[in-house]
Amino acid sequence: MTARPRAGWAFVTPAVAAVAVVFIVPVIAALALSFTDFDIYGVADVHNVRFIGLDNYRRLLATPLFWSALGNTLFFVVVGAPLSIAASLGAAVLLDARVVRARGAFRTALFAPVVTTVVAVAVIWRYIFHTRYGFLNYVLGWFGIGAVDWLGDPRWSMPALIGFAVWKNFGYNMIIFVAGLQSIPGDLYEAARIDGAGRLAQFRHVTLPSLAPTMLLVTILTMVGYFQLFAEPYVMTQGGPAQSTTSVLYFMFEEGFKWWNLGYASAVAFVLFALMLAGTLAQLAVARRWSRA
Amino acid sequence: MIRAAAIAAVAAVGAAAAGLAACSDPGAPTTLRLWAMGREGEVAAELVAGFEREHPAIHVEVQQLPWTSAHEKLLTGFVGDATPDVAQLGNTWLPELAALGALAPLDAEVAASPVVRPADYFAGIWDTNQIDGTLYGVPWYVDTRLVFYRRDLFAAAGAATPPTSWADWLTVLRAIKARAGADRYAILLPLDEFDQLLAFALQQGDPLLRDRGRWGNFRSAGFRRALTFYLQMFVEQLAPIATEVQVSNPWDELARGYFACFLHGPWSIGEFRRRLPADQQALWTTAALPGPTGPGAATAGGSSLVMFRRTTHPHEAWQLIEYLSRPEVERQFYALTADLPPRRTAWDDPRLAGDDQVRAFRDQLERVRRTPPVPEWERIVTEMRVVSERAARRVSPATTPAELAAIVDAAVTELDARADQMLDKRRWMLDRAAGSAP
Repeated sequence: MTARPRAGWAFVTPAVAAVAVVFIVPVIAALALSFTDFDIYGVADVHNVRFIGLDNYRRLLATPLFWSALGNTLFFVVVGAPLSIAASLGAAVLLDARVVRARGAFRTALFAPVVTTVVAVAVIWRYIFHTRYGFLNYVLGWFGIGAVDWLGDPRWSMPALIGFAVWKNFGYNMIIFVAGLQSIPGDLYEAARIDGAGRLAQFRHVTLPSLAPTMLLVTILTMVGYFQLFAEPYVMTQGGPAQSTTSVLYFMFEEGFKWWNLGYASAVAFVLFALMLAGTLAQLAVARRWSRA
Repeated sequence: MIRAAAIAAVAAVGAAAAGLAACSDPGAPTTLRLWAMGREGEVAAELVAGFEREHPAIHVEVQQLPWTSAHEKLLTGFVGDATPDVAQLGNTWLPELAALGALAPLDAEVAASPVVRPADYFAGIWDTNQIDGTLYGVPWYVDTRLVFYRRDLFAAAGAATPPTSWADWLTVLRAIKARAGADRYAILLPLDEFDQLLAFALQQGDPLLRDRGRWGNFRSAGFRRALTFYLQMFVEQLAPIATEVQVSNPWDELARGYFACFLHGPWSIGEFRRRLPADQQALWTTAALPGPTGPGAATAGGSSLVMFRRTTHPHEAWQLIEYLSRPEVERQFYALTADLPPRRTAWDDPRLAGDDQVRAFRDQLERVRRTPPVPEWERIVTEMRVVSERAARRVSPATTPAELAAIVDAAVTELDARADQMLDKRRWMLDRAAGSAP
């Protein structure tokens, strides 16, 4: 009776210990840190740390920059994630079409942005977005559209970053969608054709429902990824102009690793965690209802 | 348990043996660890070679840190008890590391030193190393801001010699703008840099923080004047609404005439000489920064050499600092990096004193001022940039003087509020120290 559970515990102990050391303990420590004013003075001497309860959270909610960073992040998620998924799906459907030749070459080319370094391609995109010498404004000029100050105008900086991020990331989801599309049996399309379904109807009634599990996975991964907006503003705009591309994560990075307000930065991390958890739970609830209906 | 104790005992004996060996063997070289950043880190090994020739018993191990991660590396080094013996330290980071208690005071060493003579250093630069009356570093090189300008455009606007007061400067800039048209400008003030407004603010008599760095002092008349002057350039569109991201190559843009002047540091001299073709070299030159009523102050930037408190070789570490501070070594350093020497005797050299474009820096260095020596300053000056950028984006040629005054008033009030919040912990620390003192 007792021997078997004991043996079981003995087997899982190493794994549980590893999880505790690398995950549970740091998370609890970070939570504890978020109730203190641990900062550069605390690094010097631990007696300089004060326990301040919920003050970090209170101060955070009263900081206008946090709210604008949250707004910027949500804008990036709400606009960027669907665009990214649509681009991935579009590219995947094109790649999956029977008429396409040299499929491997196209797949490699479209996937290439994912494996390039953000820092390297950011340099190129900064040239593309350049107000006076940039390729994008040059092309817009053909259509009589005046120069847009992409990275310098607070109204355009976020759309520019979304364009950059979609280009950079769509290849990854595209590969997942290609795998999903290849697993749809051909006879479903054949049956639909016999029933008189056109291209669009086939896409709407065969492709999309068959891709539902893939879609759920891709949506959650993309949303979580886009919530963690950091590298793009870090290399392209340093959070500017006028803090219009400061995301929650960028805000946390500056507080924590630029100014060493580690207590305050931990509070930001937990608020971001709560938001992402809420977003993911909402998606799961929607998906469950969708699959039941 | 017993085994652990045995291991500890063996380890202790081993360590003692190693310690004895180190003491008893005079031939074994002492190893000093030196951290240096960026370009300075690249040439440090070359400079140190001369020191090692003079002191065969000392070996210097140079570790090169990239500027972007240097700050983090210094702090984690402190926490992990892995600080070097000597390091190059940007002088705005000095107050922070001094507050941590990481740095060794150097007053006694300097007082006894035949090489490091405080009076020979530019006063504003020497000041940056003193915190509450204690010296924590020796200046290694200096950095400040000058006006780099187009000779021909200034001459065409009636300024054969560069203006020295704000009023004359504005007059010249207006004349340049009038000739330049709508899509060219008189001056570049990148909105993502704080140096320009900071220089104007340091030219005022009012300190930027008051009461020993307990509170912000941005509502002072002096800072209001500086901010108004700065914003006036945007109201009249003398400066474009642009950031460094958009004008990443100011040297070529100056040659093209996108603007007629900008404020930059000594390294720009090298950039101009390298980037512009020979027939454009006569176009540009440098001038000291104009001030409210005459030649004005500029920021006292640059790096210092510091000794860490945890060093086990303070005597050798100081010898290294002394060696690197010799005027002839500073000249060698200048030849390698174009970093400007912080002491006057090092400037008695034809390569420095005979160079017109460099000599303007010599003149400016007599008038450099330090920023408030508190660890929070870097953060506060970043907020100053954010608030002033927002204000600059709110003004236009339609802004009336009354509206500008209101914008300035809102900005300085906001800045004081932010600075006061950031200094909250410092006030608590100072009050506690005062309360516990007998």
